[in-house]
Parts: sequence; C-alpha cells; structure tokens
Amino acid sequence: MAFLQISEPNESPEPHTRRLAVGIDLGTTNSLVASIRNAVPECLPDAAGVTMLPSVVHYGERGVVTVGAEAITHRSEDALNTITSVKRFMGRSVADLRDEASARYSFTTASGDGAFTNKGTLKINTRHGAMSPMEVSADILRSLKERAEQSLGGPLYGVVITVPAYFDDAQRQATKDAAKLAGLNVLRLLNEPTAAAVAYGLEQKTEGTYLIYDLGGGTFDVSILRLTRGVFEVLATAGDTHLGGDDFDALLAKYAFDTWALTRALSPAGQANLNAASRVAKEALTTADVAQIKVDWGCGFASTADVTREKFIELTQPLLDRTMSAVKRTLRDAKLKADAIDGVVLVGGATRMLQVRAALTAHFGKPPLDTMNPDEVVALGAAIQADQLAGNAKAGDDHLLLDVIPLSLGLETMGGLVEKIIPRNSTIPVAKAQEFTTFKDGQTAMVLHVVQGERELVSDCRSLARFELRGIPSMVAGAARIRVTFQVDADGLLAVSAEETSTHVRAEVAVKPSYGLADGEIATMLQSAFASANTDMQARALAEARVDAQALVEALTKALNVDRMLLSDAEHVALALQVAHLKQLATAGDHRAIVRASEALNIASTEFAGRRMDRAVREALTGKNIEKMV
Amino acid sequence: MPVTLTQAAANHIDKYIAKRGKGIGIRLGVKTTGCSGLAYKLEYADESQPEDMVFESHGTKVLIDPKSHAVLDGTELDFQREGLNEGFKFNNPHEKARCGCGESFTV
Repeated sequence: MAFLQISEPNESPEPHTRRLAVGIDLGTTNSLVASIRNAVPECLPDAAGVTMLPSVVHYGERGVVTVGAEAITHRSEDALNTITSVKRFMGRSVADLRDEASARYSFTTASGDGAFTNKGTLKINTRHGAMSPMEVSADILRSLKERAEQSLGGPLYGVVITVPAYFDDAQRQATKDAAKLAGLNVLRLLNEPTAAAVAYGLEQKTEGTYLIYDLGGGTFDVSILRLTRGVFEVLATAGDTHLGGDDFDALLAKYAFDTWALTRALSPAGQANLNAASRVAKEALTTADVAQIKVDWGCGFASTADVTREKFIELTQPLLDRTMSAVKRTLRDAKLKADAIDGVVLVGGATRMLQVRAALTAHFGKPPLDTMNPDEVVALGAAIQADQLAGNAKAGDDHLLLDVIPLSLGLETMGGLVEKIIPRNSTIPVAKAQEFTTFKDGQTAMVLHVVQGERELVSDCRSLARFELRGIPSMVAGAARIRVTFQVDADGLLAVSAEETSTHVRAEVAVKPSYGLADGEIATMLQSAFASANTDMQARALAEARVDAQALVEALTKALNVDRMLLSDAEHVALALQVAHLKQLATAGDHRAIVRASEALNIASTEFAGRRMDRAVREALTGKNIEKMV
Repeated sequence: MPVTLTQAAANHIDKYIAKRGKGIGIRLGVKTTGCSGLAYKLEYADESQPEDMVFESHGTKVLIDPKSHAVLDGTELDFQREGLNEGFKFNNPHEKARCGCGESFTV
C-alpha cells in the first residue's frame, strides 16, 4: 500500500497523479539517490540507514554482482574484479588514461559492435567478461534504482543524474547510456555545481554569481556559475582529479607512521587500518582541538598518536594551498574579483575541515554557505530538479533550470561560409530549422557540413559532422527546398536532419557538439571570434560576392550557348567579354569590384533576358489559339 | 471525537516542519476526487483559519476544516514503515472501503 506524504498548503496532488522522480549523484567515490518526500528533498537511506553508496562494484563467482560497502570488502583479495572510481573511465579510451592510478585493471579497447560501446572506448576485463565503464556504472545505478523504488513504493518515472561541469559530450553520453542500461528514464543530466546551487535555492534569485567548491573523497572541482534570469551558465571550472579528502588522511597516516618510528612498510591491511584511523581523527578535529589516531594491529598490539588541530592544519597546508590556487585560477579565467562572488557553496564531505572554511572566508570576506550536508547537497539539488521535470512541482514554481550552448552551431554554405542556425548562449533544449536550396542545375545530392564556432568562415570553426542528402529530384538551381533542422536536447546533444520538402527524402545525423572541447578551447574560440570580427565580415562579404558572381557567370554562360541566335554577333561578344571579366575578378580579393562587375553584367544582360523571356512565351503559345488557352 | 496523531506521526511531522523551515502544524482534510470518491489531504499548515478545528496531539497541532471533520471524526494519523518504504496512514473509523493504493476511499 502506498503511504501518504505531506504536501505544501493547497497543493495536495490528485490521487494517482504523483510521479516518482529521483535525483542521483553518481560520484567517483560515493553515489547517492534523493527524492522529494513530504515536500522536502531527502537522500534515501539503505536498510542500515546509510545514504552514501560507495561507487564500488565487485564481479564475483557464479555471476554474482555486489555493489557498495559489501563490494569494498573484496578489494584487497580480488582487486582485478573489484572496480572502484569507474567514473574516471567514462567515455575514455585506453589512450586517454595517463595516470598510474588506473593501471590496476586490465583494459581492452571496444570494437564498437555492442549497442552501448563506442569504438575505441575502453573496457575493463573482469571475471564477467570485458565490462564497459557504462556497464559498471549501470550496476551502481541499478542498486540506487532498487533502493529508490523500494523507498518510494513504486516504479520510477524518471531521474536526473549529475555530472561534473567539465564532462565532455562523450562522457555525458556514456552516463546517459549507463542509465539506459539500468532501465532508468533520464529526464536530464545536470552539472554538479548547478545541482548544489539548486539545493541552496539559489536559482530562485533573479541573478548572481556563485563559486562552488567541491572537495570530495578523491577529486576536487571548483566552478563559477552565473545565474541570469533562471539560466545557469558555467563561467569557468578548474580542479584536480587526484586531490581529495583521502589525501588529507594519508598525510595524517604518514605523521602517525613517523611518530611511531616504524621502519618497515605496512601490509595493505595494516595501511588500510591506519588510513581509516587517520580519517576518524581528521573528522574528530572538526569539533575537537586534539584527536587520537588509534590503530589496533591485532594480537594485543595497539599504537596511538595524539594530533592537534594546529598540527593537522600545518601538515596539510600544501593540499589546501593547491585548492585555493585552483580557486584563484577560476576567478582569473572568469575575469572576476573575489568580491564579485555573491556566495560560496560547499560540496563534498572534506569541506567539513575547518581550515577549508577559514581559507574561503578569508579569501571572499564572507563565510561559505554550509547549512546543508555537503555530502548530500548535489543529490538533493538533482532531486528538486527531477521533481520539477516530472511535473510534480506546483504551478508557478517554474524555476526550471536551463543550460546554454557554449558555441554557435551552423552549417557550411557555398563559398566556405558558416550559416549559424543556433546562436551561442541559446537556452537548451532548442530546435531551429532553415531552408536551403541547390546551387547547380540538376543537383541531386547535397553535403551538409555541421560546424561549431563563432567565426564566419568554415575553416576557422570546428567541424562536427558531415552527412549527405541524396535523392534530391533533378531541378534547376535554387528550385529544390531543403529544410535543415538543428535540435539540441536538454543534455546538449545535437541532432541534425535535412529533408527535401517535395519528396520528403531525408537524412540525419546525431552529433556531439562539445566533444573533446575543453573549456579553455571554447574560450579561445570565442576570443578569436571577437578579435577577428572585422576581418571575418570582410571575408564573408568577399565569399558572398564570389558565390553570387559565380552563379551569374554560370547562368549567363549557359544562356549564351543555348540562345546565341537571340543576339547579334557584337552583342554576343560584348556580353561574353563581360562574363569573362567577372569570372576573372571573382578570383581576386576585392569584393566591391566583384559586386560592381556583377551589377554591371546584370544590367547589360537585361535586354538578353527579356528576349529569352519573350521567346519562351512565344514557344509556349505556338500552335495554340485563344480558345484553347482560356 | 478528536483527531489524533500517533507518537511516530507527531515525531515525523515535527522533523519535516523543521526541515521545511516553517509551519505551525499539519492540516488534514478530505476532498471529493479519486477512484473511490474521496481523497485524504495532508498538508503543512502555515496559518489557521477562523473556522478551523484545532487539535493538539503529542505537542503537534492538527488543523481541520469543519466539513472535513465530519468524515475524519475519530481518525488517527499514523506513520509507518514497510521495508524501505515509509509514510503516513489514516486510520479512519468511518472508512468503508478504499482503493488498492490507499489514496482514495469511501465512507
């Protein structure tokens, strides 16, 4: 039986209309699932009351898959089949992996024959065969899905999954594919910093600039978000994929090791014991001035070491400095001073360390927002967004988050020019269509070249995809009508389709617009667009003049051949000379000269065009009398 | 007859009001929709209306409009858990039948 929940005043849902939606924080170290219950976002705990699910999957004997804390217990004795931090591998190829941390697995490269594997992406060899990172993530998601369905008492309508702001399209697509494998309906992928801002209700404000400081177990991210009329834009991100709370534990562990003057390296189990004890001490130091690192080695042996908060802060100062220099770098990238930040949001359990708060308070002149559990804040924001996307939110509360596309999307047209179809900073999802036509008589195919960037010439933009529309009926140039539609979904994935409107011949392609584009590259592309606005406009004018001239030359050359007899020899020579002149000018670089010559030729050939028209009409009427015509 | 809360229900209502950040209590009501005719309403109360009947149970305020009270008279609101699933449940002596989902009922 379904239980009832408390609603906001006057917002009790009609029976059977509430859709179950959850937000999922699919983290490198831990994952969480959250939902709106009793009108309040909450993380859903497992049977033991624990909300965090370690992002660890163990592939055991006889096809058994275990996820979470239970999987961790297999890490030391069955390392090759116990997959941790799979998020680091999402959408990556073997060649992408440079760090030694990932060398603990055996990898193969996907051949691209499976439904959910892209050619070239890596797979991890396990007892259950070669698993793609999507499949491993799907096992984590499946575990969270089960927990959510049991907690909420029914099947899930949809989920919002968070991803790091710097995730490129391949990584986002991999995350979506993982969700699909787990049988989840993805309502939206949401940037992690944006989710944290939503959890704090910052999107309810009209505008503001926020810095999100996310220090997790093993990764550090800092992002600056700007909110303008309900749209969050990521201004800059930076971070360190190998810096987290675990590194602080390790320094404490080393301190204890040195204090005890141990001479031999510890066994893996002993080291794990020491790390765990260090972690306990670190957590204690957020409230106490002194804590004890206490390790029970077994067989009646135990060691203890006292550590003061002061000592801990001193030991880990270099780590904190690294995070603060990333903070400063992000501010620089966003061209902002510290006082331009309206609020600093803390994400990740390691932000509970007092020195983190102190450093941020000192730098920004105000304390960070810390009223929410930093481990849960991303999942809670995702849950709020999921509830809205599922249609449960009250009318009028349409603070639906919008993201924007970072660079314009367009199509190559004749002359190597870019026709922008969707301008940059358009909020997504968005769909736009434009009609194009053929350039040559009898043209039956068209190559559509999809590009991204702000520049006017294709050569200065980034090529995303090329595809062909074939089977266009043979017509004179300019008669065919090709409708090209650009569609960017809420996750930033682009689909382009082209259709010849009379015959409905279609072709389409799905593109990954931001694939491989780092934020820095986006910034560079934008700057070059601003810097070269002038030369770009001239280049465009020249290319356009050339295209027009070329069309005129072709049409007249053809007409001069076909309807030679309509002209006297002198007239023919004069026109032919002018055509040749324009043809030659078109290869030179002066667009004004080309335009002038084109206009002159247009005027000079008006009489010829008139005679051709008259003759065409006469031919059409020949042998017909008035009665037949009417 | 008063409308009451079980201790568990009162505890959870207090917890959620604290999380939500405002509210003077809980409002119970009945509306005429749903597959079996009537549906329960369970909402946060931010203010009381002059005609409201107000009960207090384990220190938590319960507000009911007089029309709904005719149907809810003697009802106890409970908070239950089944496995991971949890939520509120009306124990209403007037209730004759309810649809399988428990969201709507007849008297």
